[in-house]
Amino acid sequence: MEITLTHYLVLSTVLFAIGLIGVMRRKNLLMLFFATEILLNAVNIGMAAISHYRGDYTGQMFAFFIIAIAASEVAVGLGLLIVWYKRTGKIDLDQMTSMRG
Amino acid sequence: MFEAIAFYLFAALTIVMFTITVMTSQALYALTAMAAGMIFISAFFFILGADFLGAIQIIVYTGAVMAIYAFGMMFFDTTRNVVEKRSNPRFVVVLGALAAVLVVFIVLAPIVTTNLNANYPIDLAVGNSQAIGMVLFTKYLVPFELAAVMLLVAMIAGIVLAGKKMDKSLTLMTEEDIALMHDSFTHESTQEEAH
Repeated sequence: MEITLTHYLVLSTVLFAIGLIGVMRRKNLLMLFFATEILLNAVNIGMAAISHYRGDYTGQMFAFFIIAIAASEVAVGLGLLIVWYKRTGKIDLDQMTSMRG
Repeated sequence: MFEAIAFYLFAALTIVMFTITVMTSQALYALTAMAAGMIFISAFFFILGADFLGAIQIIVYTGAVMAIYAFGMMFFDTTRNVVEKRSNPRFVVVLGALAAVLVVFIVLAPIVTTNLNANYPIDLAVGNSQAIGMVLFTKYLVPFELAAVMLLVAMIAGIVLAGKKMDKSLTLMTEEDIALMHDSFTHESTQEEAH
């Protein structure tokens, strides 16, 4: 019953898959941001596990920088979302067609 | 033994919480479930001996990020449901297959690469926080400073973006006033385009 690196990597993969499902099925932009947070956290678990089982601090360092990136992503993304909501009153991904893409 | 029990308990809790986050239609349920999931993830960091990372996870994610989300949700009308229609199922299937192949490669990667050496080996004589500080401020000083500048830029961007038209409260206005304000917005933008 010893927990190995593979256990943590499988857990990380499962959480990453949950985040991917969220990114694919969500049309609400706020919920889409939640799903990206799940993706980043899944990767963080994998980083910390590799750091522990390989005996190296590099994984933890990268986890720190991922947390910093997640924090700034939330600040900028939510700011843009608030501006978009004030202009249009919607946070629906399907209705963001101002670029006719 | 206790490590195994803790791992399986927190793994189940995290998966359940994040599944609720992804599947629920209520924004408030999603927010609270994700906050709980973030705290459960910090348990893994404590199990793995990354104490400082676990503390940072709780402080940054459940303290700062969740507070920003809760604050941002006050701007939105979250009671109104966004219609989540799925228009192109084939596209989703192709994307899902691609993601699955990618995940297989990610999982295979540590099995293929077996001859890895530790760049900054873990020294059990010093505590985790102390060792993190030593590595962070010697080997990773430039990325650390860049991350600091990036956070400053993000903070200024957030203030500038969210601070506009702060004097108008969308929740206290009637629907007609909001529509009128939107009309004036579009009017202004068309005027700007005309100039």
